[in-house]
Amino acid sequence: MSGANPAEARESAGPIMVPQVAAPEGKPRGEFLFFALRSKKFMLSVVILGVLACIAIFGPIVDSTDPVAQNGLPMLQPTLDPGNWFGTTYFGEDVFAQFANGLRASFFIGFLGGGLAAVIGMTVGFIAGYKGGWVDEALNMITNVFLVIPTLAVLLVVTSYLQARGVMFEAVFIGATSWPWAARAIRAQTFSLRSREFIDLAKLSGRGSRQIIVSEIASNMSSYLLLTFILLFGGAILIAASLDFIGLGPTGGMSLGLMMYNAVTWAALQLGIWWWFIPPGVGIMATVGALYVMNVGLDEIFNPKLRTM
Amino acid sequence: MRRYFGRKLLTYGITFFVAATIDWLIPRFMPGDPVASLVSRTNGISPESAKALYDYYNNLFGLNQPLPVQYLNFWVALLHGNLGLSVYGHGTSVTEMIMAAVPYTLALLIPAILLSWWAGNSFGALAARRKWLDSTVLPMGYILTATPYMWLALVLSFLLAFSWRMFPLSGGYGFNLEPTLTWLFFTDLVAHWVLPFLSLFLVMFGGWAIGMRNMIIYELESDYSRYLEVLGAPQSLVRKYAFRNAMLPQITGLALQLGVIIGGQLVTEIVFSYPGLGHLVFAAIQSADYFLLQGIFLFIIVGVLVANFLVDIVYVIVDPRVRVSMTGGTA
Repeated sequence: MSGANPAEARESAGPIMVPQVAAPEGKPRGEFLFFALRSKKFMLSVVILGVLACIAIFGPIVDSTDPVAQNGLPMLQPTLDPGNWFGTTYFGEDVFAQFANGLRASFFIGFLGGGLAAVIGMTVGFIAGYKGGWVDEALNMITNVFLVIPTLAVLLVVTSYLQARGVMFEAVFIGATSWPWAARAIRAQTFSLRSREFIDLAKLSGRGSRQIIVSEIASNMSSYLLLTFILLFGGAILIAASLDFIGLGPTGGMSLGLMMYNAVTWAALQLGIWWWFIPPGVGIMATVGALYVMNVGLDEIFNPKLRTM
Repeated sequence: MRRYFGRKLLTYGITFFVAATIDWLIPRFMPGDPVASLVSRTNGISPESAKALYDYYNNLFGLNQPLPVQYLNFWVALLHGNLGLSVYGHGTSVTEMIMAAVPYTLALLIPAILLSWWAGNSFGALAARRKWLDSTVLPMGYILTATPYMWLALVLSFLLAFSWRMFPLSGGYGFNLEPTLTWLFFTDLVAHWVLPFLSLFLVMFGGWAIGMRNMIIYELESDYSRYLEVLGAPQSLVRKYAFRNAMLPQITGLALQLGVIIGGQLVTEIVFSYPGLGHLVFAAIQSADYFLLQGIFLFIIVGVLVANFLVDIVYVIVDPRVRVSMTGGTA
């Protein structure tokens, strides 16, 4: 099965495609920087993510309003008055405070959940692709099983039994279930690298498998691994938003999905409180969209074939 | 051929086994006692009757038997299609409740998946390496695919249902109607269907369009395309070949995306109170109806497995290399 199907080496991760590894050649770092600064996609996404990250990091510090305390009259429309740019909810809570805190939770979950998924995906992918044989078969089977099970459905069943849930738990759980496509893609790439001469040379020089994977294979795929992490980062944010929206998010605290959940539960639609549910969605859309654009921008920077400039 | 499908079926069999086991394990090994919480929700009963009720439920769900026996019983019941009784449905069988909700879910899901896949891929292929189309379709695609399903659903229902009153706000059909085979009921059904369909369609459309656009660019850069160009083949021919090659990962992508799509379906239904599985999931969680939740979980798993198998079959039909390697030749 391994490598028997030529189309399997070229895997799509769904709508967002996983790029191919560029040929491993020595490249000066300066060249990447040159193209990065000239890439509109990359620079745009950096700016958007930078602004959002600033809101997430500094928002709750500068504006220490409690996101779940009554802070003004209920259902205030957003105005230009300082302190009320985003208006208030049905309960008079400050929407901006909720937004900033929610954005912070989203970035946290993206980093932790996406990071954990990347680590698991890399470990499984590298070992399966490098070792081959029955190790590959076994890991492949596990990956395929995890790949088919719909993540959100599992999360639904598991989290519904927990009375108290933390952001940490949510992030870990998302990380532990969203790695399979990354593992599969990395396995395919490792597979194509492992028969190269420089790997044989490393083997002949008596280095262990782990050393070869880290210093020869992973380093030649570093750009690819970065791109994978970016996609997992965005994916984790979206999954968390859905989970929170169903009412299974962290208990206590604030998140963008929870804002939408509250807005729907307290009839923001029927009452016309659009400023309650518009910001969280825009926040997620901007974050995840910028990550996807960054993914493509970086791909063009790393892979000379794709440069259109 | 047999080997290929045999392997796939083995994977799906194991998946189902694992999923069903998770389904069985969770209520028994999670912190907390579901039966106790079930009993505690019955207000105003004396401690003795609470004890009696507790024993009754334990007995009813077979929780007082040794674990291996419970596990065996679970499988026996499962293979008989018996998923237990729903608390939320006041004792209706879970299977019955799921069956009532499934038509609504499928009526949304299947057209949304197929149409968005077709439209997204056509659009993406058209946009690749065509300056002005690319610069409009691409940003739109990224925005759409990064949009959380429920948020697009919220915005659409706010604009088109609440503000402009073009479509009904929620439900599967009007509150003043009974499900009958009349024209009136049918048009009402369609009117309620449009917005949830549109929100699912748009988000998926963005994803497919971008995926296809990027794939086509890869294909146009590959050696065979270059060779064709050098030979003097017309652009349309080169693109045709590129499209056929770029299709294959998109088919695999469809299978990989199913889990995410199902998630989107669930939250979209919740926004519109659309009487499908997502709505049922929400109700089950709100009323701590674990049997219903687990039943839906298993049902979704089976649905996803069947869909995966269908994708496998389509893949074999579409990719000649797989077919050739199956019949013993070398691609």
